[in-house]
Amino acid sequence: MTILSVFDIGLVVLLLGIGASTIAAREAFAAVIGFVVYGLLLSIAWVRLSAVDVALTEAAIGGGMTGMLMLGAVARLRVAKGSDTRASLPARVAAGVLSAIVAAGLAIAILSPPEAIPTLAPMVMENLAQSGLGNPVAGVLFVYRALDTLLEKVVLILALLGVWSLAPDNVWGGIPGLRVYARPDSTLTFLAQLLPPVGIVVAIYMCWVGAKEPGGAFQGGTVLAAMWLLVMIAGLTSVPSISQTWLRVLVVVGPVIFLAIGLAGMVLANAFLAYPSGYAKPLIVAVEVALTLSIGVALGLLAAGPPERVQQQ
Amino acid sequence: MNLVLDIFTVSAVSAGALFLLAGTVGLLRFPDPLTRLHALTKVDNLGLGLVVLGLLPQADGPFGALKLVSIWLLVQLSGAIVAQLIAGAVRQRGPHG
Amino acid sequence: MTAATLFGLCGAALVGFGLYGLVTNPEPLRKILAFNLLGSGVFLVFGVVSRRAAASGLGGDPVPQAMVITAIVVAFAATAMAIALVLRLLQETGRSTLSADNPGGTDTDRGNS
Repeated sequence: MTILSVFDIGLVVLLLGIGASTIAAREAFAAVIGFVVYGLLLSIAWVRLSAVDVALTEAAIGGGMTGMLMLGAVARLRVAKGSDTRASLPARVAAGVLSAIVAAGLAIAILSPPEAIPTLAPMVMENLAQSGLGNPVAGVLFVYRALDTLLEKVVLILALLGVWSLAPDNVWGGIPGLRVYARPDSTLTFLAQLLPPVGIVVAIYMCWVGAKEPGGAFQGGTVLAAMWLLVMIAGLTSVPSISQTWLRVLVVVGPVIFLAIGLAGMVLANAFLAYPSGYAKPLIVAVEVALTLSIGVALGLLAAGPPERVQQQ
Repeated sequence: MNLVLDIFTVSAVSAGALFLLAGTVGLLRFPDPLTRLHALTKVDNLGLGLVVLGLLPQADGPFGALKLVSIWLLVQLSGAIVAQLIAGAVRQRGPHG
Repeated sequence: MTAATLFGLCGAALVGFGLYGLVTNPEPLRKILAFNLLGSGVFLVFGVVSRRAAASGLGGDPVPQAMVITAIVVAFAATAMAIALVLRLLQETGRSTLSADNPGGTDTDRGNS
């Protein structure tokens, strides 16, 4: 048994233990903290599976953004009347048996792999050079499965519309109810002044390096969103009302440019979302830059939640 | 030369891991939030610092080394500030609030 | 057993945990959390598919990896939407649960207005 396999076994034990504790924990707060730790450990598991792009996304979204959303929700739900009614014992046993059957079915599928493992990796690598990209995952995201990536951004916008439309009628178009902890000279203000320049450089770096190495628009956009949220929470900049035109333009600019280039591809390269030969790399980089901005703003607004008060004139 | 560097890496990373372990034990065993924070901020930074120091000779050129050092600095910064914020909240609301 | 199979079994177990939490936990927020756990288990199974198909000098097949990245993003969007719904429920009814078994609950008057 090598050191690495011992490490893997330890990692799996930790993942399962913390995963189970998020389900079993009595307090919602403890469950959410467990979930954030779980997300970070899971990204280490992705690194062990040689999927560094996925690891970055999981750490940024699974641990960071989802954790922040849930912590905010837990803080608000403290005032709620919770219910202590857990499911009855027979129901829990039945659920346990059902879950165990599903898990066992998956485990059997994993333990009996097919003879010839289907893979598209050789085809990806054969044609990757034409796109000018060095990172095969970015190649799949922006060249072969560009439609998926475009629709994924549309899903983000749809989710944002859904969240906004949960606002009561009288505050529609108002200011999201993000909790602001504005105190002059506090440590939080100091952090919000110090960190964003560094964070913005990191975001640009991640977006830029995504063409060649692990990284990309999504990871960069998440860092941008985190910086924006930090500045808003520290009260250094006000939370904008959602009816601002610049805000709405920023949210859609990435997908719109993506779509425009895709439609231009119908004329110039004979297929929707195809790139004219020789121009693939600059076009993809342009799309990635626009997407990074849009993703940053959309994620920040999703985390800020639906509008809760109207703009004061 | 390589052997010396490897020995340096192994010993520094092991020392760092030991500090991380001690910090985690402190986090789990200390009685109240402030002492737990003490365990985290002091020992984690030293632990991570030693891990980074040990990995520096193995880094991928000067840029790789720079990235490692900046990760350490960023963790130092955020760790120190988060500890401050938690301590402030504890002082405001009491240890069980 | 290879590392990939080990993580695959871990993913299968996580799907089981998530499903159990989703069925048994009464609070919507905990259900959302369990659903995320379930999802990450499914993603891990995908990671195993990717790792097994390692070829062409790569650590893994990039196609499943790209699909998992898309899936993580979509899962986040759904989570954000679900949490907003839970918070709106709290605003409307003052409760954080969807218990259907107490129609005479104290808050029904506000819910109807």
